Amino acid sequence: MSYSRKKLLLMGRSGSGKSSMRSIIFSNYSAFDTRRLGATIDVELSHLRFLGNMTLNLWDCGGQDVFMENYFTNQKDHIFKMVQVLIHVFDVESKSINKDIEIFVKSLTNLQKYSPGAKIFVLLHKMDLVQLDKRLELFTIMMDKLQKISNPYNFNLVGFPTSIWDESLYKAWSQIVCSLIPNIDVFNKNLLKFNEILDAEEIILFEKTTFLVISSTASIKQQHVQSQEELDPKRFEKISNIIKTYKQSVSKLRANFYNLIIKGSNKNFYLDVLTENMFIMVVLKSQQQQNEELLILDNIKNARKWFEKIENEN
Amino acid sequence: MEGMIIPNSKDQHATILLMGLRRGGKSSICKVVFHNMQPLDTLYLESTSKPTTEQFSSLINLSVMELPGQLNYFEPNYDSERLFSNIGALVYVIDSQDEYLNALTNLSMIIEFAVKVNPKIQIEVLIHKVDGLSEDYKIDAQRDIMQRCGDELLDLGLEGVQVSFYLTSIFDHSIYEAFSRIVQKLIPELPSLENMLDNLVSHSSIDKVFLFDINSKIYVATDSGPVDIQTYEVCAEFIDISIDLDDLYIENEENNNNNNNNNNINNNSNNNNLLNNAQNITSKSKELKSISHLSNGSVLYLKQMIRGLALVALIRNENQISTSNNTNINETFNEILLKRSNNDEIEKSLTIIDYNVDLFKDSLMKIWKTSKLIK
Repeated sequence: MSYSRKKLLLMGRSGSGKSSMRSIIFSNYSAFDTRRLGATIDVELSHLRFLGNMTLNLWDCGGQDVFMENYFTNQKDHIFKMVQVLIHVFDVESKSINKDIEIFVKSLTNLQKYSPGAKIFVLLHKMDLVQLDKRLELFTIMMDKLQKISNPYNFNLVGFPTSIWDESLYKAWSQIVCSLIPNIDVFNKNLLKFNEILDAEEIILFEKTTFLVISSTASIKQQHVQSQEELDPKRFEKISNIIKTYKQSVSKLRANFYNLIIKGSNKNFYLDVLTENMFIMVVLKSQQQQNEELLILDNIKNARKWFEKIENEN
Repeated sequence: MEGMIIPNSKDQHATILLMGLRRGGKSSICKVVFHNMQPLDTLYLESTSKPTTEQFSSLINLSVMELPGQLNYFEPNYDSERLFSNIGALVYVIDSQDEYLNALTNLSMIIEFAVKVNPKIQIEVLIHKVDGLSEDYKIDAQRDIMQRCGDELLDLGLEGVQVSFYLTSIFDHSIYEAFSRIVQKLIPELPSLENMLDNLVSHSSIDKVFLFDINSKIYVATDSGPVDIQTYEVCAEFIDISIDLDDLYIENEENNNNNNNNNNINNNSNNNNLLNNAQNITSKSKELKSISHLSNGSVLYLKQMIRGLALVALIRNENQISTSNNTNINETFNEILLKRSNNDEIEKSLTIIDYNVDLFKDSLMKIWKTSKLIK
């Protein structure tokens, strides 16, 4: 089994919310808890195992100007070499946009020189502070502008409006992380196959520690048929959010959870461990079927080996 | 008094009257407990200028009346007598972070009057906003307030009056705990409910069981074992998690309905909506049920009951109690799977619990029917 290491740079000006989002996604903080975080000094490195054979090296780069200056001069080859992903965080309420952009441009210049193949994600953060009806407009304007800036450097930006107070953060990070999984297609294909057996409304795969969505049958189908979406389009992120809350909640009993089965008003939910690194959630239309629960749980058990194999195939 | 609804003795609402000096936190309590408002959002609440009444229906019909702090209840044209004669519990909110001597004088005046009009009234005092006090100071404040209040009542010749004190804050579960106790005193069927829950516990290896009001997360009854605040929190949050997940997949129209409800939280019309909703849940759709296995061998169990109530239980797996203390959260994956396959025992007891809980629900319906007949 070969380990692959991915280097992720988390950049942005001081106070834009880099460490807050890292703590929420990877360290199970609640949005409220992030008040306790102080300023990041220099670079904080964290190594996270993701899906068994992938290690994410997250470089949370403290955003104070002194450090920034250092990154672009003395440390530039250390920082910008071998980068797979740059995540640049912008505070939408920032007072000094020009300074923000200047730093962004400097990052791009260095990135082009040291790791031209890197993917760039731009998070327009603290969106909750903007009025609801103005968010989309602001987002489009800012993304247009940033894309124009990065065109000369041959980078294609992927942008997300985010806030730690709602589920948008999970959406952004799900997509960032999914872009790093090399055999994501194999996951998707097999998930569809599994669904042929289960005939479920929806199946979703989650990473175990972060509860980020890795794959889901609905999102795959959407690529083929533009089906009319009647369910909440934000539901995956909301699920991530809810499950994380639950995880925090049961930690008060000094425990973790293995599974969660909900017989809802018109849907049944089965959340269970799939592999060492993944949880699976199966959503079924509720029918009066006697052994549904046993059937589903047994099927998940049997799918376990199958998905374990895919996971180790990288 | 215009626009003031004084409940008359004929309608069967157990009424809670919320009083206290201005800026004591009465409206915030109402919003947080009964409207699921985020505690931090209560900062933006305006001061209440008119008495407001809100109604909730769980096992009993509960109405909560809030009197603004600046109102003078003893004005001659104010019908305080009729007001006090119809309420079940008087809840007086004292701001523990403020100078509370005035509040205590005010409280004893109100108690004197209320007890004269209605000797059966329950008197409850919330020593509120204790989140800002240190652990030691909390206890001191409580002792001081109880002492002074007792003295004042003694001076008025009211030594026999029972007054209960609670330390509360909207930022943790203490306010729910206090309201649970207060509401429970107003439920005539409480002894039978508790008895039934005790029966359930002793016959189904349950560690702790709560009968929750789904909307407010107040528990209407629990078994006679001690209430551990952590268990309560986990159980209450388990309701939210089950409902939130379920809501995500409910078809669109209903979603819209829910949204509307959230938007016009303020006015009374919403109460009807809430009421309708609660009835919708019970009548139209299948009952909600959820089960979750935890790594320490326990199981969380939720089942929807009648009238917006839900039963939530924490089930301990006896076989694993000995090992549960040294279980490591980071146990290996294989251990987890192994443990789970040994879980036949708990699956068996879950079947028994299912059966018993169904019996409990049937009895609950019977109780509800007879209690309606009496009224």
